[in-house]
Amino acid sequence: MHLVSIAVKALFMENMLLALFLGMCSFLACSKNVKTAMGLGLAVTVVMGITVPLNWAIYAYVLQPGALDWLGIGAIDLRFLMFITFIATIAAVVQSLELIMETFTPGLYATLGIFLPLIAVNCSILGGSLFMEQRGYAFSEAVVFGWASGAGWLLAILAMAAIQEKMKYASVPKGLEGFGINMIITGLMALAFMAFSGVSI
Amino acid sequence: MWRRIKSSQAFAVFTAPLSIKNPVSVLVLGICSSLAVTIQLKTAVVMVLAMTVVLTFSNGILSSLRKIIPKNIRIIVELIVIASLVIVADQCLKAFMFDVSKQLSVFVGLIITNCIIMGRAEAFALANNPWLSVWDGLGNGLGYGIILIVVGAIRELGGAGTLWGISVMPEAVYDMGYVNMGLMVYAPAAFIVIGLMAWLQRTIISDMRKGS
Repeated sequence: MHLVSIAVKALFMENMLLALFLGMCSFLACSKNVKTAMGLGLAVTVVMGITVPLNWAIYAYVLQPGALDWLGIGAIDLRFLMFITFIATIAAVVQSLELIMETFTPGLYATLGIFLPLIAVNCSILGGSLFMEQRGYAFSEAVVFGWASGAGWLLAILAMAAIQEKMKYASVPKGLEGFGINMIITGLMALAFMAFSGVSI
Repeated sequence: MWRRIKSSQAFAVFTAPLSIKNPVSVLVLGICSSLAVTIQLKTAVVMVLAMTVVLTFSNGILSSLRKIIPKNIRIIVELIVIASLVIVADQCLKAFMFDVSKQLSVFVGLIITNCIIMGRAEAFALANNPWLSVWDGLGNGLGYGIILIVVGAIRELGGAGTLWGISVMPEAVYDMGYVNMGLMVYAPAAFIVIGLMAWLQRTIISDMRKGS
């Protein structure tokens, strides 16, 4: 039950994109049509689902104070290396996913492949790992949190892409077109997602 | 003297990002952090400082290394330089401004993935000399800062009636029945305020172009 509540929270109340503002750049750049949005959203979900638990393990067994007891240097505190190790892990995972996909599933690579390099610098991925550390999740919680946050991001970009496809037919004041109106749409979506904040499981 | 400064290349590189090439509202980069840290003016200013310092140094360092960085591993080199600078910035914030660094929480770390930094490194620092790159970094940091500070001021004033933690709304206004707008401190307001600001700025820029 506890895990379900973490998942629901990451999906709706604390949606990576609409409540925590993470991953805005690729969100704005790739939400012109539903198909691209779906591809990018899936790629983010997979990468986040892998990197959050992986970074959890690195944090717990290498970086945490006292984590290196097995080497006999337990007194050392490597937490200041957190940013650089997390981002290196993410870059490595993205790179190896790209290689694996290219070799074994060329079809999938053709659709998702172009999004992978974008993801290494998507702030929602690094943000997911940093939040995981800050909230002190256990391993199972980290797994659920990673996948649910990714799915929440997918949900938001999919909704946005659907709205933008309809927006083509609207006449928006000049100057507000593009970035301006997109931000306002996102604001209204965030408002709608705020309605979930009373829900508790 | 002023004329000489004004006609120099460094000046042009420095001022363009403040207005017509603003990284946030015109080029749509670095949106994530500009939304999250603008609940209060103070956090916004600290974030701008951290960001400007990191951006200036990363542009300078990457530009001086540009001839020896192999092309196909440049992204990882960029990330390592940026991540190291962010660690330094984060440790300084933790040491000297602990409460603000608590409020900024993960967003200091997220400077690493801020697209402005990678964007400027790729688009400018790797193609220009260090002197110009440092000015470009400074200009982009401040251009990002203008937007952040204005949005931060609007949200703090609207949401809590204060600026920099000091109450500026006169009591008389509250007596007349004015209530703080609670929505301003939540996420949706940030999106909407930035959207409206981009509208304003783009209209002004297109008027300027027509005029000249």
